[in-house]
Amino acid sequence: MDEEHPVFFFCIKKGEMKVKYQVQENCLTIFLPRELDHHNAERIRRKSDRLIEKNHIKCVIFDFEETNFMDSSGIGVIMGRYRMVYLLGGEVWAVHANERMKKILTMSGVTKIIQIYEEEEV
Amino acid sequence: MKNTNEMELLFDSKSVNEGFARVAVAAFMTQLNPTLEEVADVKTAVSEAVTNAIIHGYEKEIDKIRIHCRLEEQVLYIEIEDKGKGIENVEQAMQPLFTTKPELERSGMGFSFMEAFMDEISVESELGRGTLVKMQKEIGKGRELWITQSL
Repeated sequence: MDEEHPVFFFCIKKGEMKVKYQVQENCLTIFLPRELDHHNAERIRRKSDRLIEKNHIKCVIFDFEETNFMDSSGIGVIMGRYRMVYLLGGEVWAVHANERMKKILTMSGVTKIIQIYEEEEV
Repeated sequence: MKNTNEMELLFDSKSVNEGFARVAVAAFMTQLNPTLEEVADVKTAVSEAVTNAIIHGYEKEIDKIRIHCRLEEQVLYIEIEDKGKGIENVEQAMQPLFTTKPELERSGMGFSFMEAFMDEISVESELGRGTLVKMQKEIGKGRELWITQSL
């Protein structure tokens, strides 16, 4: 590689949401997009189900770091993934959820089946 | 004379338009000087109604969804209408967790969210003719008046 002229690759797809998936042992982390609505939910559902089956996932972590909008379609995604892993004794977590996301999660009652991870104040 | 303002949107029932619809309504309501919480509430309610029209009203067809917004003083009125297949039993559809499409992982929370985030909601529907969702929300309710004091 040319040391003086490093080449940077930017991958910006217009209108495409950014969703990253990370598999560590039997744990899948889904880094959710900025807005989790019906439009985005469909793709997350398909992709994560493939990963869950392929990697024998037992623990699913939804990372809300980037997310500032969610509606009932998002709740559907969480409930669906819970259904997939709970027969195997797995569990579902939500991390980095802001106040708004926590409100939506609590209102929907989905907090009865998933756990919200609270970071400690530093 | 009352201070009023109106706008209307007409768009295709494609899921990519869900984001557009809620952001457009949110932008329209900013003239009422809403809190972030109020904007988020309205966005969620609009998203639910538009998603319903796309998934249930038109199923796989592409047709038009109409959103009509009216501001009257501090109250925002929203109407979301589709000309789709209609709802057989509105009362049942509005029950929390009731869904006709569990295979699509619908949580059945759509109407519950609309009820929770808006002050009032009513649903008119006729089989084969479509559905009209009317919602309203008073903006700036309970917020303390900002009084500028002279130094």
